[in-house]
Amino acid sequence: MKVLVPVKRVVDAYVKVRVKSDGSGVETNNIKMSMNPFDEIAVEQAVRLREAGTATEVVAVTIGPQQAQEQLRTALAMGVDRAMHIEADAGVEPLAVAKILSAVCDQESPDLVLLGKQAIDDDSNQTGQMLAALRGWPQGTSISKLEPGDGTVTVTREVDGGLESLELPMPAIATVDLRLNEPRYPKLPNIMKAKKKPIEQSTTADLGVDITPRLKQVKVEEPPARAGGVKVSSVDELIDKLRNEAKVIQ
Amino acid sequence: MSDTAFTDFQWADPFLLEQQLTDEERMVRDSARGYCDGQLMPRITEAHRHEVFDRAIMTEMGELGLFGSTLPEEYGCAGLGYVSYGLIAREVERVDSGYRSAMSVQSSLVMHPVYAYGSEEQRRRYLPKLASGEWIGCFGLTEPDAGSDPGGMKTRARTTDGGYLLNGTKTWITNAPVADILIVWAKDDEDVIRGFVLERGMDGLETPAIEGKFSLRASITGEIAMNDVFVPEANRLPQAKGLRGPFGCLSRARYGIAWGTMGAAEFCWQAARQYTLDRKQFGRPLAATQLVQKKLADMQTEIALGLQGALRAGRLMDSGDAAPEIISMMKRSNCGKALDIARTARDMHGGNGIADEYHVIRHLMNLEAVNTYEGTHDIHALILGRAQTGLQAFTG
Repeated sequence: MKVLVPVKRVVDAYVKVRVKSDGSGVETNNIKMSMNPFDEIAVEQAVRLREAGTATEVVAVTIGPQQAQEQLRTALAMGVDRAMHIEADAGVEPLAVAKILSAVCDQESPDLVLLGKQAIDDDSNQTGQMLAALRGWPQGTSISKLEPGDGTVTVTREVDGGLESLELPMPAIATVDLRLNEPRYPKLPNIMKAKKKPIEQSTTADLGVDITPRLKQVKVEEPPARAGGVKVSSVDELIDKLRNEAKVIQ
Repeated sequence: MSDTAFTDFQWADPFLLEQQLTDEERMVRDSARGYCDGQLMPRITEAHRHEVFDRAIMTEMGELGLFGSTLPEEYGCAGLGYVSYGLIAREVERVDSGYRSAMSVQSSLVMHPVYAYGSEEQRRRYLPKLASGEWIGCFGLTEPDAGSDPGGMKTRARTTDGGYLLNGTKTWITNAPVADILIVWAKDDEDVIRGFVLERGMDGLETPAIEGKFSLRASITGEIAMNDVFVPEANRLPQAKGLRGPFGCLSRARYGIAWGTMGAAEFCWQAARQYTLDRKQFGRPLAATQLVQKKLADMQTEIALGLQGALRAGRLMDSGDAAPEIISMMKRSNCGKALDIARTARDMHGGNGIADEYHVIRHLMNLEAVNTYEGTHDIHALILGRAQTGLQAFTG
């Protein structure tokens, strides 16, 4: 089984993000960047399949600026066999990402694509599903368990009221959730060995994918600061405020 | 240059140290930080409170590749640069100086001398198992009557048939009670200091633990008592002669301490900042007072400068341009500054500052030892004094 794992470079989960003063986005200058945590879980799962002998090859791919190779190096240090960097400016929309990944699937013919369920920077939660639609492949989203079978994978999803198991014939798409596994810390000797593993470079033009934005970002602003609570002197005043100010009752 | 543009201040990283690191160094740091936050921090309060050294930690650190990280891959090591080594020390000591001590001893005081002064056979015999944490090592230089003056050691290695007979006592030896491999420095028949690799199980060798330490309680410390211990010739480090041998090891360990103490200091500073922001007295946060802000500014400044000095020392070590005196300078300065910062942070925590769950008192107690071991604050001043006046002030 060949596994493809797309990874994204995002602002580190522990950084307090700040909106740029001109409202055009969030500040990324001199900010710590990391691999999207859900993608790390996907990499960990793929590497475990490789270590168990189920996967024969694990390939990581990222779409982003030159510095995104840092995240590919992390994936390689965790145990991925090789990596692909498709250079693009930041801000490629989920549909364009899905189209690029579909072109990569044409080249690589993976049996399984493991993605993070969403990236923590824009929280779109769309790429995996769009890729499944473009390929016409079965998908299991937000999985908490994955078991390989004979030409299939069985995935478990945490749904309202219980656990849902789906058997997907391969090739298949799975997007991973938090409880699937706990990613390893790359071992130091493996960080050095990762430097010798290959990273193939290409561009979106090489893959023939148009990444022109289809969405227009109007403005980015901080959430409003939470105002302090107020005390009311009577039940009547409370009902009045709930009805006319908060508008939560009729 | 009148058009120099200024950027926003990063309070936790004023000189943008992050930018000064390579991708590889950042990855190493992130991996070490992940382990320290996730695996070490949750255990430290109990380990310190009950004076427990957890052997499993050595295995975990070995698995991650933290031991002998600057040594070549062929011996099972990572082959990193000295800046990466320093960054690891900073992350481990951000949790506890005792854990960092156990790691420093294994890396700089045991694996380094085997690599630098050992035969190829000794390297292959010892390094892979020390790198993986399967074996623990310790370093015996200090004696009850020879601390700052190691040249005054009493331990002897008398030549005998096929090797040496070692007699003497070493004390304040980190890892000694659990060590499988003991690097011991002793004077031979010609009064020359030589290095020997002792192995647990040799006749006449004992390693009692020292109890009742109020510092570095999460690491284990002991004595090495040698009574006619026979050490075969094959266990002598052939390339070590004179005090240069142990000093070469200590310079590397001290460099790690220069980084490590800044990790402890960063913890204390950020804890004091958060505590004084959260704690309200007289109707306002303590951090809104001028006394507190002055202290925070001092801490921030000393840490920012100390990290830059440590980084520069590391770059010079990597390029082969470091003099041992700059290590003395950075070990001395960063230990002293970190100790001051820990004391101030303890004070800023008020009464809570003495409770171990706030961690600053533990760092403070640890740093008392770190300021003293591997060359006291004062001894390093004498090294720097000698280097700039040409006059030694150790004796006479």
